[in-house]
Amino acid sequence: MKIVVCVKQVPSTNEVRLDPETNTIIRDGKQSVINPFDTYALEEGIKIKEKIQGEVIALSMGIPAAEKILRDAVSVGADRGMLLSDRSFAGADTLATAYTLSLGIRKISEVDLILCGKMAVDGDTAQIGPELAENLKIPHITNVSEIIEVSDNEITCRTITETGKRLVKTKTPVLLTVLKDINMPRLPSIDGVINSLDASVIVENAESLRANKSYIGLSGSPTQVVKTYIPERKNESIEIEGDSETKSEKINSVIKEVI
Amino acid sequence: MSGLIIDSDACRGCGICIKSCTYEALEMKDKKAKVNENCILCGMCIDSCPFDAIKIEKEKTNSIELDKYKDIWVFIEQNNGVIEAVSYELLSKARELSKERNCSVKAILLGENVGKDLDVLFAYGADKVYISEHEILKDNLEEVYLEFLDKVILDYKPEIFLFGATNFGRSIAPRIAARVKTGLTADCTILEIDEKSGLLNQTRPAFGGNLMAQIVCPEHRPQMATVRPGVMEAVKKETNAKEVINIDMPSIKEPSIKIIENIIEEKAESISDAEIIVSVGRGIGSQKNLALVEKLAELLGGKVGVSRPLVDIGWADQKNQIGQTGSIVAPKLLVTFGISGAIQHLAGISGAETIISINTDKDAAIFTVANYKVVGDCVEILKSMISKLEKKCEKEQAV
Repeated sequence: MKIVVCVKQVPSTNEVRLDPETNTIIRDGKQSVINPFDTYALEEGIKIKEKIQGEVIALSMGIPAAEKILRDAVSVGADRGMLLSDRSFAGADTLATAYTLSLGIRKISEVDLILCGKMAVDGDTAQIGPELAENLKIPHITNVSEIIEVSDNEITCRTITETGKRLVKTKTPVLLTVLKDINMPRLPSIDGVINSLDASVIVENAESLRANKSYIGLSGSPTQVVKTYIPERKNESIEIEGDSETKSEKINSVIKEVI
Repeated sequence: MSGLIIDSDACRGCGICIKSCTYEALEMKDKKAKVNENCILCGMCIDSCPFDAIKIEKEKTNSIELDKYKDIWVFIEQNNGVIEAVSYELLSKARELSKERNCSVKAILLGENVGKDLDVLFAYGADKVYISEHEILKDNLEEVYLEFLDKVILDYKPEIFLFGATNFGRSIAPRIAARVKTGLTADCTILEIDEKSGLLNQTRPAFGGNLMAQIVCPEHRPQMATVRPGVMEAVKKETNAKEVINIDMPSIKEPSIKIIENIIEEKAESISDAEIIVSVGRGIGSQKNLALVEKLAELLGGKVGVSRPLVDIGWADQKNQIGQTGSIVAPKLLVTFGISGAIQHLAGISGAETIISINTDKDAAIFTVANYKVVGDCVEILKSMISKLEKKCEKEQAV
């Protein structure tokens, strides 16, 4: 089975501060890591490979430095990586990103299963999975909590719905987005880390993917960010002071008043 | 090609943009900011530049005939024949927007045997209800709904299309957006019509909720957005609207995903409706201290809520999570321990009547929404509150 796992490079923290002097937004955490939700998709892909044999390819769209997370993916068990990187991919919203990823998957060719994390921690949109599946014209299943049975041409899995759970079965190729309770991602092994150093990570660009320029990057993105801001909040809180004993006494009396 | 443009005449080389960039995409060369290959055009530097020296230039793409698209459509989601509350919330929001846009609100309801009580859709804001009833629509299968809604968009050309950010909404809305090649904004907390452009301004928390982003979809239609349950308010009004239009089921090929078993669970006891909530975040320090929080909640007759970090590290169940990606709560009393207050968390508690917040950091964002601010050690205060409440209980029992 040929399995593609989509991974995204995200900042290691989401902290945002307002610089008090210049009143501008400063984001901390420049070191970039693999999106935590994607590690569950990766683990699931590796587990399937171990069970029924196959190949796991980690796929990412990002800046050249994102090659690192693809090597990280190899260090836990992926066979190889593909990075889609080009200046013209910059500014992509979810629609343009999904289109670009679909080109990578077409290039890999004959993919049976695509696994995505539930969402990315920086964007939180959870849109890439379904949008990617549509670009590939294959069915998708979101919120997968367990893969019950898998063979080269069929998958049975459990999903979480608004009102409960569902057991569904489908033929491959299919795209699944997985929840984080699906497994416990493993840590890299020493052999894995050594493998990852000279593992194959192919870099593809807009030209090699034969991308349609009007579907990629900022030009291919229907949505536009008009502005970003840290919302102002009015502060009218009453401070409760004193030692812990006094504070708790006062809190309890406020609670008594309210309820 | 689109790209980031730095006006070297306007740039004073102050370096603020370099600090604002998370992707190390800006560097200083000859006392001027220069962009490198790491740039993802996120736009953070544009807002940071005090001299307006940075802009993003976007290449024009083929645009569609925008004025053919009109009205606000709301997807009415049913699960097992029961309409989701978020659909009513969206209808009321759509009614508000339709007044500004001077258009009408169309509700679309698909399912099996769902056409009995449509009055409620009109009461919450629909001017017209489009309905289709068929056995195959019962199960909310993406493959079926995709073909159906694709045809609806083609035939009726909605200017705006709103979906609830439920499990199904978050699955079907992006699928349709990709089919019709339009923009979709997830989990909006504010929707408004821009006075000048008439576009739908869609505001959502980004970067884990630490930042708000205002998004528009200027040249593609429909403008699509999802909104989480509980964010907008459902308002019932008297109305004369009663027009119902039946749409025929288009021919759809057999879906490839088969449901083997459908388990309907009792709605898990939700914290969304709780009157009293004691909530806890990372500042609680250790997992064993959660027992104290549970104890306090029990003494107050309330429920326990948690912030996202506790769910992420596995200390708490997601069903107890408060915030943009958890439950939206509106209790009479909310007591928070060790919650710093990321925007996404704050978005989930804006409906709380009285908030008492305890945190060691005097500058924690939670204090900007708290009615009572307590700077101090969570565990100490928890223990002390519990022992005082227990003593009081004992006294009352003794009497």
